[in-house]
Amino acid sequence: MNARASYLRTKALYLRELRGYFDTPAAYVVAIVNLLLSGYLFASPLFLQNRAVLDSFTSAAPLLFLFFIPAVTMRLYSEELKSGTYELLATLPVLDEEILAAKYLAALTVFTFMLAGTLLYPVTLFALGRPDWGAAAGAYAGLWLTGACLAAIGVWASSLTRNQVVAFIIAFLIGFVLFAAGKVHDFMPPGAAALADFLGFDSHLNRLARGVLDTRDLAYYASVAGYFLYLAALDARTRRLTP
Amino acid sequence: MITLKGLTKRFGDVSAVSELSFEVQPREVVGFLGPNGAGKTTTLRMLAGFLAPTSGTAELAGFDVRRDSLEVRRRIGYLPENNPLYEEMDAGEYLEWIADVRGLSGPARSARIRSGVEACGLGEAVAKPIGLLSKGFRQRLGLAAAMLHDPDILLLDEPTSGLDPNKTREVRDLILRLKEAKTVLISTHILPEVEAVCDRAVILHKGRLAAVGAPRELLRQAGGAARVRLCLKPGSEPGGIGAARAVLEAEAGASGVEAVDAREQWEFTLEFAPDAAAPADPREALFRLSVGRGWTLLELRRLEATFESVFRELTL
Repeated sequence: MNARASYLRTKALYLRELRGYFDTPAAYVVAIVNLLLSGYLFASPLFLQNRAVLDSFTSAAPLLFLFFIPAVTMRLYSEELKSGTYELLATLPVLDEEILAAKYLAALTVFTFMLAGTLLYPVTLFALGRPDWGAAAGAYAGLWLTGACLAAIGVWASSLTRNQVVAFIIAFLIGFVLFAAGKVHDFMPPGAAALADFLGFDSHLNRLARGVLDTRDLAYYASVAGYFLYLAALDARTRRLTP
Repeated sequence: MITLKGLTKRFGDVSAVSELSFEVQPREVVGFLGPNGAGKTTTLRMLAGFLAPTSGTAELAGFDVRRDSLEVRRRIGYLPENNPLYEEMDAGEYLEWIADVRGLSGPARSARIRSGVEACGLGEAVAKPIGLLSKGFRQRLGLAAAMLHDPDILLLDEPTSGLDPNKTREVRDLILRLKEAKTVLISTHILPEVEAVCDRAVILHKGRLAAVGAPRELLRQAGGAARVRLCLKPGSEPGGIGAARAVLEAEAGASGVEAVDAREQWEFTLEFAPDAAAPADPREALFRLSVGRGWTLLELRRLEATFESVFRELTL
């Protein structure tokens, strides 16, 4: 199994996944709704408080992602399990991990485009005021990493079921737990609060949004994404044992 | 080329396939038969590497389906049941995609695609989205995709299901053309297909092997009741068709008589149990009986045992 052949296979799989997104209106709809809602989040502090800041966007964007990313990822496996094309895919001479990588990267690509669309707003801010560009870059990096985690959760959820709605709900719930864990430390005893802070998105995202790049935060994102991708890979293996 | 040894698949408590053993020789076309739910699809899925067996082994081209799944998948062409395809792709694009995933490149890639399109008569479908193709074209596209890398072994799960008779014939001819070069295991429940295409038949019943052999051989073994068709001119017996039937039942020594009044003729199907009392060929006695009764005999013919009756006997 040489690396180049594996790369070419994964590339072919990836391009087909990506096509699957751009051939159907779903991805466009999600991207446009995302753009509208995040546009509102940008515009409200700008016009109501006359401040050129990203805060309200960075704090609310993860909540939007909780809906939009599962909507993007839910079809990855579920659709193929339902239509039977998964059997086609799984009986081609490709590794289950290559299939997974192609699907995850395709979802990540769509999400990256969605996030890139919102860059329009900070660009406007730079034109109008003097925001902290280091903090803005950090915030975007944090949002992207948060999205990458949610996409990994979504891919795994999709690999569990042939029903896209179920896949969406599972991904949403797990994402919501991680989202909410970052918000509850005021109500918890100190020990539990530290744990909740560590598990939740908020503490990591806030540090990045202040422009602080800490390897512990990067390790957090990598472990969450890695864990769910690992589960999805395990899942593909057990599926060969039971359909 | 294909060797199954005690292949078993259980889903929870349900045995889908149990202790299945048989072999397929190189360049042999074997029909894989059985009623719905007999375990054909499960078996083919195990051979294609989609499902892992619960126990037992299967080897294709010398590679074990469990240990060397990737090597097996590289050497076989598999057409899954219901022929799933990516609806949104064009037929041509789909073949190109399969070629890419299978690692074909350069002139070999385009040559294989071209020959696939040609062999399966896909010319006019190439530029159309798969979702808009007719069932016949879809089936041929599935076959073309399964054969794109020129595998030695083909596993085809009901390649002609849902096709009209003309399309069935086309697919059958395609398989006959493959026969010289490939080893084919083809699952179906259309029996004339097996007689037309296959060197041997493997009959599965409730996940177990019910019979293996050449279709003719299975016919001979099954033997069964001799059947004779007898047609009379209407009005031959003054009492009507019922009376004629009563005479046949009483005097011909048949174990069963069916009578149909087809207006231009009375049709009888007589069944003779294969026991010592009945004569080897009942036609002579029937001729004499008809002459004696003054009946106008239009037809007297021995009916061959059909593959269908063999199948029914083994799987009911």
